[in-house]
Amino acid sequence: MCRLAAITSRDYFSPMENVIALETMKEGHDGSGMGLILKGLGGEFKELKDYPVLSGICSEAGLKTLDDYMNKLGFKMKYTWTPKTRPVKGIESRDYYFARVYDYPDMYRDKPLDEKESLLMKTRLSLRKLGEKDESIIVFSFYPDILALKEVGDPLQLAEFFGLEKTSLKAKIILAQGRQNTNYAINLYACHPFFIQGYSTMTNGENTAFVPIREFLMGRGFPGYIGYNSDSEVFCHILHYTCRQLGYPLHYYKDVVTPLKQAEIEDRPDREAVTFLKMSLRPLCIDGPNCVIGFTPDGSCFMLQDTKKLRPGVVGGVKGKFGLMSEECGLDSAVPGRERSVDVFPMKYDMAIVTPDAEEVTVWNQLLG
Amino acid sequence: MEPASRLDNNHELAVKDFPYIIRWRDDRCTRCGRCTAVCPMYSIEPAVVVKRTLHSEGPTPEPKTTRRVETIVKQTTDIGRYCTGCGTCTLVCPNEAIEPEYNPQHKFNFHKNLGGHPYRRGGRRNDPAPSTLDRLRFTRISMLTDPALDAGRHEFRIRTYLGRVLPAEELPLRVENGRLELDTASGKFIPPVREIYPVIIGSMSIGALSPNMWEGLAMGITYLNEVEGMPVVMCSGEGGIPQRLLKSRFIKYFIPQIASGYFGWDEIVRTIPHMVEDPCAIEIKYGQGAKPGDGGLLMAHKVLKLIAEIRGVPMGVDLPSPPTHQTKYSIEEAVAKMIQSMSMAWGFRVPVYPKISGSRTAKAVLNNLVRNPYAAAMSIDGDDGGTGAAYNVSMDSMGHPIASNIRECYLDLVAQGKQNELPLIAAGGVGKKGNLAANAAALFMLGASAVSIGKYIMQAAAQCFGDEYNRCNVCNLGKCPRGITTQDPKLYRRLDPDKVAERVVEVYKSLDVELKKIFAPMGRSTELPIGMSDGISADDPAIAERLKISYAC
Repeated sequence: MCRLAAITSRDYFSPMENVIALETMKEGHDGSGMGLILKGLGGEFKELKDYPVLSGICSEAGLKTLDDYMNKLGFKMKYTWTPKTRPVKGIESRDYYFARVYDYPDMYRDKPLDEKESLLMKTRLSLRKLGEKDESIIVFSFYPDILALKEVGDPLQLAEFFGLEKTSLKAKIILAQGRQNTNYAINLYACHPFFIQGYSTMTNGENTAFVPIREFLMGRGFPGYIGYNSDSEVFCHILHYTCRQLGYPLHYYKDVVTPLKQAEIEDRPDREAVTFLKMSLRPLCIDGPNCVIGFTPDGSCFMLQDTKKLRPGVVGGVKGKFGLMSEECGLDSAVPGRERSVDVFPMKYDMAIVTPDAEEVTVWNQLLG
Repeated sequence: MEPASRLDNNHELAVKDFPYIIRWRDDRCTRCGRCTAVCPMYSIEPAVVVKRTLHSEGPTPEPKTTRRVETIVKQTTDIGRYCTGCGTCTLVCPNEAIEPEYNPQHKFNFHKNLGGHPYRRGGRRNDPAPSTLDRLRFTRISMLTDPALDAGRHEFRIRTYLGRVLPAEELPLRVENGRLELDTASGKFIPPVREIYPVIIGSMSIGALSPNMWEGLAMGITYLNEVEGMPVVMCSGEGGIPQRLLKSRFIKYFIPQIASGYFGWDEIVRTIPHMVEDPCAIEIKYGQGAKPGDGGLLMAHKVLKLIAEIRGVPMGVDLPSPPTHQTKYSIEEAVAKMIQSMSMAWGFRVPVYPKISGSRTAKAVLNNLVRNPYAAAMSIDGDDGGTGAAYNVSMDSMGHPIASNIRECYLDLVAQGKQNELPLIAAGGVGKKGNLAANAAALFMLGASAVSIGKYIMQAAAQCFGDEYNRCNVCNLGKCPRGITTQDPKLYRRLDPDKVAERVVEVYKSLDVELKKIFAPMGRSTELPIGMSDGISADDPAIAERLKISYAC
């Protein structure tokens, strides 16, 4: 089972905190991989918030293809970050890990955000397609203020491999997941957390409803709903579809993925809307067993469980720093000084939401609306 | 050479030509006469034979011959009175002295066309081989990758939607104070949708069924809804619904059907102003899997007082339903108009959907319905579906199996991103081998939102004798020995409606448990696993390829 360690903070912190939390929870995972998504970047990226960051891995040949392609589109590179990798036994190094900050092509510089988002996504998908066959280019995200790092191996060893301890890389929200997807073929595109246009999620558990959900998402006509090398990617796309495409407030994500029974809906103040929403989005019911942790563009972080609540998950912290973890010991490692008695273990009807800048954690109850 | 007089039997059939041969045991028979009295076909009759017996008695036994006239039970070789193998004789025999035995060498189909009349019968396709549905297995089991659910402990919601579902993008919702509200001012039409149990009792008419059978089914359905909280619904079949039911609050559990004969619809339409509840839905029958492209016929001897009243016709006349609706000349216009008219009759509050027979052209119909905002679903009846009366050739040779037909239609909807908008209802051979839950679950995973059963419920709830070895199958003659498909009070009095209702409830409760036993190990409980095609495998590579599922051996 995947171990999940998300931290959201008012102040910048190092991804090592997430890695150590993962290490604390190691008893339950097989250390087969790690994925990191950072939002609210600090360090060198602090002054470059408005520019998109392309995160990925390239071979020597892939790098040339990538540069040619980006130049052709008119993207101008402003800054490059590469981890100072060092050999670690058991980790097979690839040629070039990068997070590159670009300036938009001239004609896009003053365009509205959604047009820019569309350009960034299409560019990422094209790069993915260019390098997919020979794995010469692997791109995880291309979005302002977002950085992604993924590789196969034990999380702690990977941290050493990437030199995370010494790097100046910092962020205000970091999602970390400590296992390669083993339900399907091992592939870096199958490694969560997943990210699309400001929305990110990671999940533990197997998604038994994967095929109907995938087919439904792929039928929405949105070019970003592709990939699905892992059954977990759909959770991120459902979030994006619910909040961005349909414009629903965040808590309706819970109503979409774990719909209530009709009798329960009758007591909701928004019963009419929830009834129709349940029917229209029926194929997006996740059916579990899953614990989903994610963030939205405004910096809210959340955790929810499937209806059976067969996966562990806990949220806790202090004002200014909260952890959303798959296990309590991970939380102890990330926020040791908190009041443990007020930790939140979201149950079947709950959605724990940590407000932006880690102000507070609120529990939205699905039965009450 | 034999004299000609000895060859007089030459044009007669031998018992060996018949599909069932009566095995009668002289030594056990008490000559009570129950079997010959009960035989619906008069296939067996009392007869006399002369028997020669040898006796040896006394201190110095000497064989003596005596001739005695004895009564026996004899099977006729008159094809008009052929033994259907129903086994009612066995049922009534107090001494296990008689039973019909299937004869695989029979030549029945060569001869059952006397007078130039092709063989007509009831039942379903006479093919006892396992259907495609029975060759599918549920192979995706959650165990260690994730814990399996517990069918006995976890909560399962086995429900589906009947009605057209708007895509989320078209829902008239707006955000107000952080909540979604229905925008009533938008004037957007939201089609009616019912939440129902996904196994429907399919269309069997009052007329085809006896009053006791129909009443039993109706009581069973009502009990399931009112007491068990299972929203099981039932389609009326063509031929109307009793006024008392139409005006009752229980009509919400029924789906009145309109078919090409429009029987009973004057009465239904006239009752609309007096109805206190809307029906669950309206089914427009364009085709039937058992006899695709063919009409129906309720024979005059079934049209007694009750039936005549419900259907609004004189008593004792043949009631043919034409093969096609007389008003239908194109799917784009006439079908759309009919759906719209039926919707309008109930103020657009009732889902209206068509039923067609399984066909290679089903996708064309589907794509038309997808574009019709009032079409609430599409029901496809495969070639293993049952009927009360049809030509044998239609039943055995016409139509399309349901498995690939429903799969194709579902995948067509997936390609358009509309799989959640127009529910597909699959029928035709569901539970043919008794595996109702497995067949239904497989159809859901192939893409059906619901399934319909007919023959299965007759077999399970009223012990219908019919099977795919052409046993019984005389539903068309009004001679049903179980009292299921007859209007003869002497026959239908045998059927206790309370017992039928009880069995309907038992069947559904056990079906519910079995569905959970399938869904639980697959990790599905909250929503019906519609289109979860990674959950099933076929035992034949060709089937797997056609259905776009995996092959497992």
